[in-house]
Amino acid sequence: MESTVLNKTDDRIIQIESPILNIDNLSVSYGGDKYSIMNVSAGIQKNKITAIMGPSGCGKSTLLRAINRMHELYPETHHKGGITLGGEDIYKINPIELRRKIGMVFQRPNPFPTMSIYDNVIAAYKLNGIKLKRSEKDEIVERSLQEVGLWDETKDALHKRGTFLSGGQQQRLCIARALAYKPEIILLDEPTSALDPIATAKIEDLLVKLKKNYTIILVTHNMGQAARISDHSMFMYIGELVEYGKTKKMFTTPKDERTEAYLTGKFG
Amino acid sequence: MNITNPISSQKLKWRIFNDKLFSIVMITFAFISAIPLLSILYQLVKKGYKQIRLSFFTEVAPDTMEAIMAKANHEIIPGGIANGIVGTIIIVGMASLIAIPLGLITGIYLSEASKGKMTNMVRFVVDMLQGIPSIVLGVIAYIWIVKPVTSGFSALAGSVALSIMMLPSIVRSTEETLKMIPSTLKEAALSLGVPYYKTVLKVLLPTGMSGISTGIILGISRIAGETAPLMLTALGSSAINLDITQPSSAIPLLVWEFYNDPNLIDLIWGASLVLLLIIFLLNLLAKAISKKWKVQY
Repeated sequence: MESTVLNKTDDRIIQIESPILNIDNLSVSYGGDKYSIMNVSAGIQKNKITAIMGPSGCGKSTLLRAINRMHELYPETHHKGGITLGGEDIYKINPIELRRKIGMVFQRPNPFPTMSIYDNVIAAYKLNGIKLKRSEKDEIVERSLQEVGLWDETKDALHKRGTFLSGGQQQRLCIARALAYKPEIILLDEPTSALDPIATAKIEDLLVKLKKNYTIILVTHNMGQAARISDHSMFMYIGELVEYGKTKKMFTTPKDERTEAYLTGKFG
Repeated sequence: MNITNPISSQKLKWRIFNDKLFSIVMITFAFISAIPLLSILYQLVKKGYKQIRLSFFTEVAPDTMEAIMAKANHEIIPGGIANGIVGTIIIVGMASLIAIPLGLITGIYLSEASKGKMTNMVRFVVDMLQGIPSIVLGVIAYIWIVKPVTSGFSALAGSVALSIMMLPSIVRSTEETLKMIPSTLKEAALSLGVPYYKTVLKVLLPTGMSGISTGIILGISRIAGETAPLMLTALGSSAINLDITQPSSAIPLLVWEFYNDPNLIDLIWGASLVLLLIIFLLNLLAKAISKKWKVQY
C-alpha cells in the first residue's frame, strides 16, 4: 500500500451534504486528561444506516452514547467540541428532551421486567406521566409493534410480561419501545451481539426497513453486519475516527492501512 | 490399548465411605441446630393451647384477684391479651410508618451514590445502629419523647424506639436489592427521556419490590417481639388504649407482666404462643411475597 493516500486526511472522511446530525471535533473523557475519543468530526446522513466499527476499546460506544448524552451517567465525564442535531447544539438541549428525539437500543435486550408487552411499548409515555386515551395507546402499541414485525406474534399476549418473549423478540420489543416516541434518530449499541443468527437476521432486515422513516446509527463488532446493512461506515481505532465512507467503497478499497488491516482480520 | 482406572477399587471404597460419613455428620448437625426451635414450639403449644380461646383475643388481661378466684375453682384463668394485641399493632404500625419511608430513601441513596465520603459515613452509621442494644434505644426514646413530647410514658415513644431498631434492616435490604438490579434497566429508562427521579421511583423500586418488601416484613417481625425498649417508653396498660400519647400495652410487655405475677404465670404460655405465631406468619408472608413478586430479568 502506498502512503500517498495516507497523507491526505480529508480523503478518508466522507463529507455529508446537509447532515441531520453533525459531530464537530468531539473529544470525550471519562475523567482526567485521558480522552476515550479524540477530535471526531463526522456528519450523519438522514434516513441511512451508519455503522460504527472498530476493535474493543476504540471508543465506538462512547461516541454513540455522546450522541444522546448517555455518557453523562458517569459523573466525571467532560467533552470538547460539539454535536448538533438539525443545527441545534445538543449540549444546550435538556438531556431528557434530547433522548426523546434520539432513541437508543442496547446490547442486551432490556424490557422492563415489571411491565407487560403493551406497557413496555408505551413505557416512554407511561414513565413520563403523559396521559393518553385508551385508543391512542392502542394505536401506538399496534403501530410500533407492526413496525418491528412483532405484532402478529404478540397481539394475543399483549398483557403478558415482556420478559416471557425470546431474546430476539425482546430486542425487537426494545426497538418498538424506542420507536413509540417517534424519535428522529435511533442509536443501537451492538443490538445483536447477544442473539442467535436467526434472530440477528430478523433484526438486520428490520433495520433496513426502518431507515425509510428513521436515521439509524449502529455500533457493531460484526464486520459482516456492517457490510450487509449499512450505507456508511466509520472505522475507529484508539479513540480516533480513522476512516468514514460509503460502506461498499470502504470494504473494497479502504484508504487507510489500519482500516484494511482490521477489515482483513489482522487485528480486532 | 488397555485403559486402567487410576483409582484402585480400595481407594474408591474409602472415598465413598468418606462421602457418606460427611453427609451423616452434616445432617446430624443440621438437626441439632433445629432442636431449640422445635422444643420451644413444643413447650409453648403444650402449656399454652388451653388458654387460646376466642376470649383470649377479645378480652383484656385479668387482674390478680380474678386469677386467684379462677384458680381456687380449678378453672382456666379468664381474660385475654386484647390490650396487648391492639398495643402491638399500634406501636409496630407507627414504627413502620416512621421507619419505612426513611429506610427506603436512605437505601436508595446508598445504592445510587455508592461511593463517596457521605455514603460511607451513612453506611457506617446504619451498621452501628444495628449493633446498638435495644434497651439503649429505649433510653434514647425516653429522653427524646417521653420527657419533652408526651410528658409521660406513651405508645408514640415506643414506636420511635422500635422504628430506630427496624431502620437498619430496611436500609440494607433496599440497598442490596437495588444494587442487584442490572444497570441496563436504568439506562433503558433514561434513554427514553425519563427523568432520573422517575426512573428510580417507577422502574427501580417496582423491580426491587420483592426484595424490599421482604426486608420490611422481616424488620417488622424483628421488632414485634421487642420488650426492653417498650419498658422504658410504652410502659404498659391494663386497658385497651388507642391514644398514642398515653401508655400502652404490647404482647411482649404482657408476657413480662404475667411473669412478675405468680398468679398470672400460666398466661405466659398463651401470650408467647400468640406472639410466636404472629412472627411466624410474618416470616411466611415475607417468603410468599419474595416468591410471588420475583422479577425475571
